Amino acid sequence: MIVYAILVLPVAAATLCWIPATGKRAAAPVTFASSLALLVLTIKLAARVVAVQKLVAAPEWIEVDSFGALILVLVAAVGFLACLYSLGYMPRTTHNRSILHHYYGNFNLFIFSMVAVPVVVSPSLEWLAVEFTTLLSVLLVGFESNAEALEAAWKYAILTLTGAAIALFGFLLLFWAMQKGGGSSYTWAGLAAAGAKMPPEVLKTAYLMILVGFGAKVGLVPLHTWLPDAHSQAPTPICALLSGVETTAVLYVILRLMPIMHPALGGIVEEWSLIFGLLSVGVAAFLLIQVHDYKRLFAYSTVEHMGIILTAAGIGGAAAHYGAVYQILAHAVTKSFCFFAAGAVLLVVGKREIASVEGLVRRSPLAGSALLVGALAIAGAPPFVVFLGEFSILKAGISQGRYVTIGLLAFFLVVAFFGILLHVNRMVFSRPAAPVYDRRPAGAPLGGPADDPNLPAAATLDERWSGPADDPPPEAVDFASPRERQLIPLSCRVTLLLALIPVVVLGVYVPRPVYELLSRAAALIGG
Amino acid sequence: MAGESFLYQFNALAGGFFLLCTFGMVATRQVQGCLRFFVLQSLFLAASAFVLGLRPLSWHLLAVAAINVVNKPILIPWLLRRTIPEEVHTRREITQVLNIPASLLIALGIAVGAYFLTLPWVSLAGTSYAGVNIPIGLAALLLGAFTLTVRREAVPQLLGLMAMENGAFFTSIAIAPELHLFVELVVAFDVLIAVFVIGVLTTAIHEHIGTTEVGSLAVLREESSR
Repeated sequence: MIVYAILVLPVAAATLCWIPATGKRAAAPVTFASSLALLVLTIKLAARVVAVQKLVAAPEWIEVDSFGALILVLVAAVGFLACLYSLGYMPRTTHNRSILHHYYGNFNLFIFSMVAVPVVVSPSLEWLAVEFTTLLSVLLVGFESNAEALEAAWKYAILTLTGAAIALFGFLLLFWAMQKGGGSSYTWAGLAAAGAKMPPEVLKTAYLMILVGFGAKVGLVPLHTWLPDAHSQAPTPICALLSGVETTAVLYVILRLMPIMHPALGGIVEEWSLIFGLLSVGVAAFLLIQVHDYKRLFAYSTVEHMGIILTAAGIGGAAAHYGAVYQILAHAVTKSFCFFAAGAVLLVVGKREIASVEGLVRRSPLAGSALLVGALAIAGAPPFVVFLGEFSILKAGISQGRYVTIGLLAFFLVVAFFGILLHVNRMVFSRPAAPVYDRRPAGAPLGGPADDPNLPAAATLDERWSGPADDPPPEAVDFASPRERQLIPLSCRVTLLLALIPVVVLGVYVPRPVYELLSRAAALIGG
Repeated sequence: MAGESFLYQFNALAGGFFLLCTFGMVATRQVQGCLRFFVLQSLFLAASAFVLGLRPLSWHLLAVAAINVVNKPILIPWLLRRTIPEEVHTRREITQVLNIPASLLIALGIAVGAYFLTLPWVSLAGTSYAGVNIPIGLAALLLGAFTLTVRREAVPQLLGLMAMENGAFFTSIAIAPELHLFVELVVAFDVLIAVFVIGVLTTAIHEHIGTTEVGSLAVLREESSR
């Protein structure tokens, strides 16, 4: 019952957003209420799943186990935070304020598609759910309707839908292989029952096609090119959803298939996953160094983390599987926090380029420290949750004697750490040579023409500061805080605070129920 | 038995035309022409599903044929007309990534490659229809992907995408006819949503950027020093 409620809630909320008369005013509160309710429901569901192992709503169609419940909770949590963030962020930044209810309507549908992925158990429906995550988020990526956003949306749609078509062929082959292997129902359980009897020559192609096709959606390297574009051009709350949970929701399907393929294919399954995983980590780590846009920085970091999770799954064994699942959790909470911090920077600075941000911590202590904490956390610095995930993966690999894999992985992680911190350090701490102050009045949309004629009071400050470069700016002027309060809306500040809690807490302490959920989920991808 | 062999030959004919239409999509420069080839391709897919559904009689496959006849030749062109402005439909590609003879040659290579790739599956399937449908379906999937890379206009790219899906289903009617009908219906619906979403996006690109030559969009690049 609770599963149906989870599926119906976002659709109902989306419908309410699009009712012509009231939708415009009701959209934001309705979305907020539904995403909060969704979070509560999924946590309740997860608690129940931990107790009973598996919740069956409609046999062979809709079932939830621990791994599914984990993804559900993550989608709902990031969805709730993204909605809270949108309340303050979207009216402040968008050029399309008049159609903001479309944004919220589409937002709810996008949440629906992501919630559908972990609850359906038939691979054919799984394919559909993943296809819908693309279709229902394309217009959100292009919401700003400027040249960059539309280009990003186009690349996103075409590349991921091409991937989905390839994966469709793979899923149809998989169905055929299952029938040849004597399986009767096309579900995860039915496939597992067919097991080793499935013909390997068909299964191999099916697995490769699904891995490449859905890999495009996850952002695995050969087909990752759309990801930095879409994940940087979309409105910030959508970036958090795309990067934080959409990628992992699709990766969930791939991870689900691995134990099913293993009996018939043997070690190939893990090998390919290792190859794709390490390739993604490596390429992303080096691409991280040369980005010019700080949202792209975090987008590449998503490619890197997807690679880490896939590598962990490829290493195999209970400890590595636990590491993979833990890393899914760590990535979702940390990456969404990073994007919320990047959004705060965008609110303060108004530009996406790394070079345009200098001395952020003086200019806006909140945005600066949030960005720094986010960067440290996502790069894998010790007290945070990602560190624990990466550490357990490395440890699992070493204890199995996979020295080459672990050596490469550790090297790439160090490169990525260096890449992220190099940029963020410069943004946060560098001393502004000639302070470029935001000339927009608080509340004006971002990204407008730089030479906006209506200069607010800040212009006088600008004049005071735009002296010769060797004239050092006065240190730590206290006007930062009141300005900051105007620039970063309350809902965004609350979101940053709420999003920070799991990033810090889960890094030092994993509560018992969370541990139970994670270890059960890890056992599921272990087969 | 004579009926069997006639049906087999009819299916082989439909498969041949199906593949020919896919080649047509690679080679046509006009948006309208590309759409016509896609519609024809879908009709041959429906024809093949119909033939395969006759003996042994399978309501599933007959329904798939019916869904295809209604969905692709009628609903999709209608939806494209509704969402995308007329000007885009009459466009013709001027600049090309690859000239037509070269792209046709590569397409031929892809089709031959698909036959070789699928040889082990055909012997595994063991039915006479599979020998036609499996390689042609895979060829159409790959050719659709190839169309996507050589076409620069928005609508032909979308059609290439749907040709890929047609290819996947052309194979599936021979190897997996028992797939849930519900799934087929939802996929048909999904294709419509894809057309709608991409149509809306194309219109937005047409309005805001002033072209639908999506192949040449290149603002977002790593090297650009902004």
